[in-house]
Amino acid sequence: MRCMWLPRFLALVATLVMSLSVLASQAAAQKGVIKIATQSPLSGEQSALGEGLKNGAQLAIEKLKGDLEKLGFRVELVPFDDQAKPDVGVANAKRIVADPDILLVIGHLNSGVALPASEIYKDQGPNLAMISPANTNPLITDRNYPNVNRVCGRDDVQGEVGARFAKEELKVKSAYILHDKTLYGQGVAEFFRDMAKSFGINVVGFEGTEEKANFDPIITPMKAMKPDLVYFGGIYSQAAVLFKQAREKGMDKALFLGPDGMDSSELVRIAGKAAVGMYYTTVVGPPTIYPEAKDFIKAYKARFGKDPEPFAAQSYDSAAVGLKAIELAIKEAGGKKPTRAQVSSAIRKIKNFKGITGTINFDGKGDPVKAKYFIIQVISDDPAKWGENKVVKTLEIAAPR
Amino acid sequence: MSLLITMFPQVLMDGIVLGFMYALIALGYTMVYGVLQLINFAHSEIFVLGAFVGVEILLSLKAAGYLSAIPPFVLLFALVAAGMAASGLLAVLVERVAYRPLRGAPRLVPLISAIGASFFLQDAIRLFESLWRNAFYLTYPSVELFDRRIRLGAAIDISLKSLVVIVSALLMLISLQLFVNRTKVGKAIRAVAEDQMTASLMGIDVNRIISVTFLIGGAMGGAAGVLFGIQYSLINPYTGFIPGLKAFTAAVLGGIGNIPGAMVGGIVLGLLEAFSASYLSLLTGGAFGAEYKDILAFSLLIVILIFRPRGLLGEIVAEKT
Amino acid sequence: MIKETERDPDQGKLKRPAFLLPLLQGAGTVALISLSIFLVKAFPQSLLAFLLFQSSLLVIYYARFTFALKVGLASVVLGLLMPYLGTINGYYLEVATQIGIFVALALGLNIVVGLAGLLDLGYVAFYAVGAYLWAIFGSRQAGEIFSFATFPLAPGWFFVFLLLGLMIAALTGILLGLPVLRLRGDYLAIVTLGFGEVIRVLANNLDKPINITNGPKGITPIQRPPLFFQPVLEGLGIDAPPSVLYPLYFYFLVIMIVVLVILVNQRLKQSHIGRAWEAIREDEMAAVAMGVPLVRMKLFAFASGASFAGIMGVVFSAKQFFINPESFTFMESIGVLAMVILGGMGSIPGAILGATVVTVLNLQILKSLSLWLNALRNSGLTLNLPFIGAYSLSQLPVQLEPAKYERMVFGIILILMMIFRPQGILPAERQRRAGGGK
Repeated sequence: MRCMWLPRFLALVATLVMSLSVLASQAAAQKGVIKIATQSPLSGEQSALGEGLKNGAQLAIEKLKGDLEKLGFRVELVPFDDQAKPDVGVANAKRIVADPDILLVIGHLNSGVALPASEIYKDQGPNLAMISPANTNPLITDRNYPNVNRVCGRDDVQGEVGARFAKEELKVKSAYILHDKTLYGQGVAEFFRDMAKSFGINVVGFEGTEEKANFDPIITPMKAMKPDLVYFGGIYSQAAVLFKQAREKGMDKALFLGPDGMDSSELVRIAGKAAVGMYYTTVVGPPTIYPEAKDFIKAYKARFGKDPEPFAAQSYDSAAVGLKAIELAIKEAGGKKPTRAQVSSAIRKIKNFKGITGTINFDGKGDPVKAKYFIIQVISDDPAKWGENKVVKTLEIAAPR
Repeated sequence: MSLLITMFPQVLMDGIVLGFMYALIALGYTMVYGVLQLINFAHSEIFVLGAFVGVEILLSLKAAGYLSAIPPFVLLFALVAAGMAASGLLAVLVERVAYRPLRGAPRLVPLISAIGASFFLQDAIRLFESLWRNAFYLTYPSVELFDRRIRLGAAIDISLKSLVVIVSALLMLISLQLFVNRTKVGKAIRAVAEDQMTASLMGIDVNRIISVTFLIGGAMGGAAGVLFGIQYSLINPYTGFIPGLKAFTAAVLGGIGNIPGAMVGGIVLGLLEAFSASYLSLLTGGAFGAEYKDILAFSLLIVILIFRPRGLLGEIVAEKT
Repeated sequence: MIKETERDPDQGKLKRPAFLLPLLQGAGTVALISLSIFLVKAFPQSLLAFLLFQSSLLVIYYARFTFALKVGLASVVLGLLMPYLGTINGYYLEVATQIGIFVALALGLNIVVGLAGLLDLGYVAFYAVGAYLWAIFGSRQAGEIFSFATFPLAPGWFFVFLLLGLMIAALTGILLGLPVLRLRGDYLAIVTLGFGEVIRVLANNLDKPINITNGPKGITPIQRPPLFFQPVLEGLGIDAPPSVLYPLYFYFLVIMIVVLVILVNQRLKQSHIGRAWEAIREDEMAAVAMGVPLVRMKLFAFASGASFAGIMGVVFSAKQFFINPESFTFMESIGVLAMVILGGMGSIPGAILGATVVTVLNLQILKSLSLWLNALRNSGLTLNLPFIGAYSLSQLPVQLEPAKYERMVFGIILILMMIFRPQGILPAERQRRAGGGK
């Protein structure tokens, strides 16, 4: 029985190897292919955000790849699913560095995946450039790697912006702080807490929860403490349910504030009237002021049939600035395909890139030199009017040394 | 200190609502386990399907403008019925495809195909919704009547929808208990649970009875899904995982295979979660937060099982081989 | 990798000259290995070439060689050829290392579930214990707890912690086992599930009041084991940077631990302890009647299963450089359980193959499939379909991103595999003689 099975199996494998190699050879272009990889969770609970990240990069590549094509290269997007798991992210990273055509990685969504994966990009790339649209954790750039950059702000800054606003503009006396027990959410919430305390705001509660549906046991004590402000460090999908249930349970007066994870029209789709009047801090310019952002939202909607998720705009900018850097690196390499290290150093050389999240310059660590932070108020429970949200305050803050 | 006392009745209420939710989902686990000694891992997805059927109907009605025209309780009844039908049929289908071919296999083998079915169903629902509505999260449109709050004294109030959850759960538990204990089919289910071989010798069509069990357990899951959506409003294709895990724990806590046990286990677990999540942070001055509720829940489970190895209401019967 | 000499009973049915077959098989195996090496060299990106290489191990296992020859061939393939392929495509080495880690985990769980018949749904907790142990002491994290010494510990401590991880995980297993082993069957399952969640929630929350695990932020950087052999390499004139050496280093470390685990497993299985476990699995009552010390045997199964996970946890945290609670979810436990059952419960080659199949599916086959479909779509291939007419693949809706549905395909494969091979791919010997399970 076995003797019949084995040769057949081998024959099958052999034919498949041949057919795949045929496919590989047919893909070659004039000067070669340049691939840009995205890594984000495309399945599982966090896939909505992960997909937004991929879509943002995809849109940028489809729109801007013309410049590279003129130079004789074909540009392709290769999306990877890191399942929000560090071990899968690392395995993907090894796969990415093994493909010499990949010159840039856009990712990740989770800092917990980005940290170990970026070790691989740096060591085995070598120096394969990574531009992160969403990893706000300070540690990402504090390691001073030459290949790791991000276009988004840092947790510490965003926490500070929120706390300052709560003190100076909202004039709140007490705050209840919640977070989602993720690296991102807890990080922002802790910085917010520390800054709020130093500004003299009374922090009546600090609580983390992985809960996604039933916030009753959290709202009951929160309501009893009557805070002026509820800060949620996390993503809109949890925050919207929390805010909705809090209003339903009779917390009529408390103000709501959150970080850029709130920036999605889905927030009001879920929370309805409960979200009206809440504030969030973000680096993405609101479309009412920034025509680029308006175009982005329009194009995103036309391509993918829905409004962009949080971090999709940052992802668009990451890919756009990356493409620009690759173009620069090609020119420096005399029209040939650049090495990964050349692309990495080209990214740091980019000056005053006009993106939809502001003007991008990277400092020596890979942080954006100066980031503009907006504090935005939700004005309507109609998701279609998300773009008309009001800018309450604009701050420009440099990344800490 | 006064805070701790004034909170008490409200937390009690929160816990009971949550407990009935768990109890409803736990029924699906407990019935299937009673008959097949199988942990039906796909039950959480069967539950989610109910929630999705409910939201699809509501959203279509809303789009057509009929939502406010239908009396809320008729609407509720229709939603629950539709959710039950869809989930019940899915449960039967899953049994047919993934469990029945493995009837004679070692006991843990269907567990793996159950996990496979669970993976498949999660992403199948996601695929469908992403093509159909291009959405990952779906929100139950609010029905105004259900959002109303009834005050039961100074410090405690309950929304009508929470009341709906409790009443429907109770109704379903009672009718299920009657069905299993008083009808002929119920008797057949108990016979199959006791001994499949003997039951088949007595002229019971074992395969049919197993299908019926899955149908009922799945239908309970579907009803729970719709009620879950109405109560907590936001669902996604992976929503079922955590409530499923908790409900399974509740079923074991009460004594798996036992219908009143599922209810008792559900309520104990719900209360424990509500109290620990609300009080822990206050009592320990923020050192231990709400997240320790799961640790407390599972520690309690271990303690109860040490003293009552077959759960709170489980009977001591001879081990089946 | 595969050390069993058992023969398939239907081998005797073959009517061929006895001496010719091993010769032919030997030539075939060598040819297969050389072909696969050549193919990997020619197409470094081709998944199938690498799969062919992996399948050569299976061929060695099945071929009718003497035991010594099998071991020899397997060590050449794993010890020389695999690292060589790793220099061509580093990704393959990562896959091989992860396979090794999961093989050790599957073998550990195989003792608990497959041999002793105790369903454990929280196995990954022991893995987490080992991983956090080294992560805390091999980084500055321990400084948050203890002030009397400077942390991180020197890299050399890694080897001490391999042993410590093993012991502490075993101890955890005993501590968990003591109160709950009175429970039977699925009651035990739910308690272990709860234990797994408790460990994860603890890891996620113990950043206050005392910062032990650093919560969701995780711990980094974690010390790696010392490159004690570097002077030797330099003496040989090989000047390789750590970024090249470490993947190889971890690969060999994992392989060594796996070999050790297989040997221990094999000895345990064939000893009176292994037989006692199997007696407990088949019929607890009868086992007690025959004088098997029930609690001690169950505890021993728990402890030895846990210890394998503990030692691999230490390696994992050093290899990953960073750990946080996201690596130790319930789904990981389920994944390892799937490997054991898929391979065939209670069977050592089964657990090895099960771990390999699941890991290769997840990391390689499904990923390659989705990348290939993605490439097809990018190429704008036009199909001539009946009824619809010409249809360009680039017009497919954007929602149909193949990378999004890898898990769905994995689910289907799990169901199909179980339906077509309910006893597992390589069922245990004893069950096979009895005619395939109960």
